[in-house]
Amino acid sequence: MILSVIQNLGQKGLDFFQRLGRGHLLFVQILAGIPGLIPRFGLVIQQVFSVGVLSMVIIVVSGLFVGMVLGLQGYNTLVDFGAEESLGVVVSLSLVRELGPVVTALLFAGRAGSALTAEIGLMKATEQLSAMEMMAVDPVRRVLAPRFLAGFISMPLLAAIFSAVGVLGGYFVGVGLLGVDEGSYWSQMQAKVDLYNDIYNGVIKSLVFGIVVTWIALFEGSDAIPTSEGVSRATTRTVVHSSLAVLGLDFILTALMFGA
Amino acid sequence: MMTPANPHVVEVRQMRFVRGKRMIFDGVDLDIQRGKITAIMGPSGTGKTTLLRLIGGQLRPDAGSIMVEGQQVDKLGHTALYQLRKRMGMLFQNGALLTDMNVFDNVAFPLREHTKLPEALIRDLVLMKLHAVGLRGAWQLMPSELSGGMSRRVALARAIALDPMIMMYDEPFTGQDPISMGVLVRLIRQLNDALGLTSVIVSHDIAETRSIADYIYLLSNGKVVAHGTSDELDRSESEWAQQFLKGLSDGPVPFHYPAEDYRRDMLAGENVVVSNR
Ligand SMILES: Nc1ncnc2c1ncn2[C@@H]1O[C@H](COP(=O)(O)OP(=O)(O)OP(=O)(O)O)[C@@H](O)[C@H]1O
Ligand SMILES: [Mg+2]
Repeated sequence: MILSVIQNLGQKGLDFFQRLGRGHLLFVQILAGIPGLIPRFGLVIQQVFSVGVLSMVIIVVSGLFVGMVLGLQGYNTLVDFGAEESLGVVVSLSLVRELGPVVTALLFAGRAGSALTAEIGLMKATEQLSAMEMMAVDPVRRVLAPRFLAGFISMPLLAAIFSAVGVLGGYFVGVGLLGVDEGSYWSQMQAKVDLYNDIYNGVIKSLVFGIVVTWIALFEGSDAIPTSEGVSRATTRTVVHSSLAVLGLDFILTALMFGA
Repeated sequence: MMTPANPHVVEVRQMRFVRGKRMIFDGVDLDIQRGKITAIMGPSGTGKTTLLRLIGGQLRPDAGSIMVEGQQVDKLGHTALYQLRKRMGMLFQNGALLTDMNVFDNVAFPLREHTKLPEALIRDLVLMKLHAVGLRGAWQLMPSELSGGMSRRVALARAIALDPMIMMYDEPFTGQDPISMGVLVRLIRQLNDALGLTSVIVSHDIAETRSIADYIYLLSNGKVVAHGTSDELDRSESEWAQQFLKGLSDGPVPFHYPAEDYRRDMLAGENVVVSNR
């Protein structure tokens, strides 16, 4: 009984490290495939469309609501100190530094990451990847690398859109409904949001999230057990693991950027 | 033209392959002769598809060697292996068409990946290949709109798009009506003879396969149990060959996947865990 528990644990541990190893190997292979995409950038553009552009709707709608909530919450807190003029700063800093990159990455994992895993997993299950190999076309270079690059490119753009729409949402609520002065909403924002400290750091975050989420999604897809059940489990794992990875990495990155 | 030094395009020697605990191949020796059609036959689940994957370098044998055109496939590096695969065509058992492209783009896929031909020429080549399998009119259908037999014919057109040296067909005849079956049989023969290909056919369809195969290997239980031309096999003493070619249920070939004794399994009732759910 105890022996079998230990054995089970050992097996789980081994499986985990094997998967970790395969994941890193795949990452290196994908990176090695990226230079080959330069002459065939059309493949990447096509993927930016299906990974990025098709995530736009959910990003814009979520960004708007998050910005509106920030406007409301921020106003209620600031008004106690008579500082509601600074609403623009609160909204924009929360978005650019934190919520923009993080919420975008979470939504991206759910919208694009799961779709990537399911697509790759099904291609594996229906032997399309195998067939490509036999046609002397390396599926890592032809299928995975363009999708990876597309995720890397799309994430910061989506996060920027999210933040911009969020700032507008805060404006509608703060200035439009609650009567904050329009001039100070924008001018305080302009004065306090720093290009290097805030915007660049936010962009770095979303680049890191883009790499991690896309990598997890592609790995789960290509490592899925080639059956419908295997693919559905891999899809779930993509969403769970990449969301956790985003939140964990966000803490680490925030500590490094704004900690000391 | 290259002068073929070796009459065998593929040479398999003492090859062993294990999957989990199951020995799929246990010391297989097999030669594929240049310019001939070689059939590999055997009961379902003996590892015919696995053998094609081993020849294509997608799986590696646990022992022994597999030489293709004088190169040991399991020892080749990534680049050399992909170079070799450009000269191999493989028809997958289920077609394995790329589902995000239509029929035309599927057949054009290897041409676009490996050549820099102008689009007009690619168009002509693709339509020619599709015409050969009788599906020129279906060029704009998506794979989801094809029947199983049609998918396999499109996959055949795709496999021959690059004019390979070796064609491997995994069950080309299943799911074909008598007319397309006849066309396929003739097509495989024509391709082989006109283009100087070497063909390997994996199949259960005894009549069709025997009608075109120049040489036949019968596999069972991880071993080659008989080989020879169709006539030689007819005259062979091997009970095994006789049973398989005549399709008798009684004989040395097991119909069942290796299992516990049937009566014991049935009587054991609740004491035996049949499924681990
Ligand atoms: N991915 C796999 N993992 C473990 N075992 C496998 C796997 N694929 C196939 N097998 C086993 O290998 C054996 C050979 O399979 P293979 O697909 O080569 O058979 P086959 O001769 O092509 O059969 P069929 O005529 O039905 O297509 C089968 O018994 C199967 O159980
Ligand atoms: Mg098979």
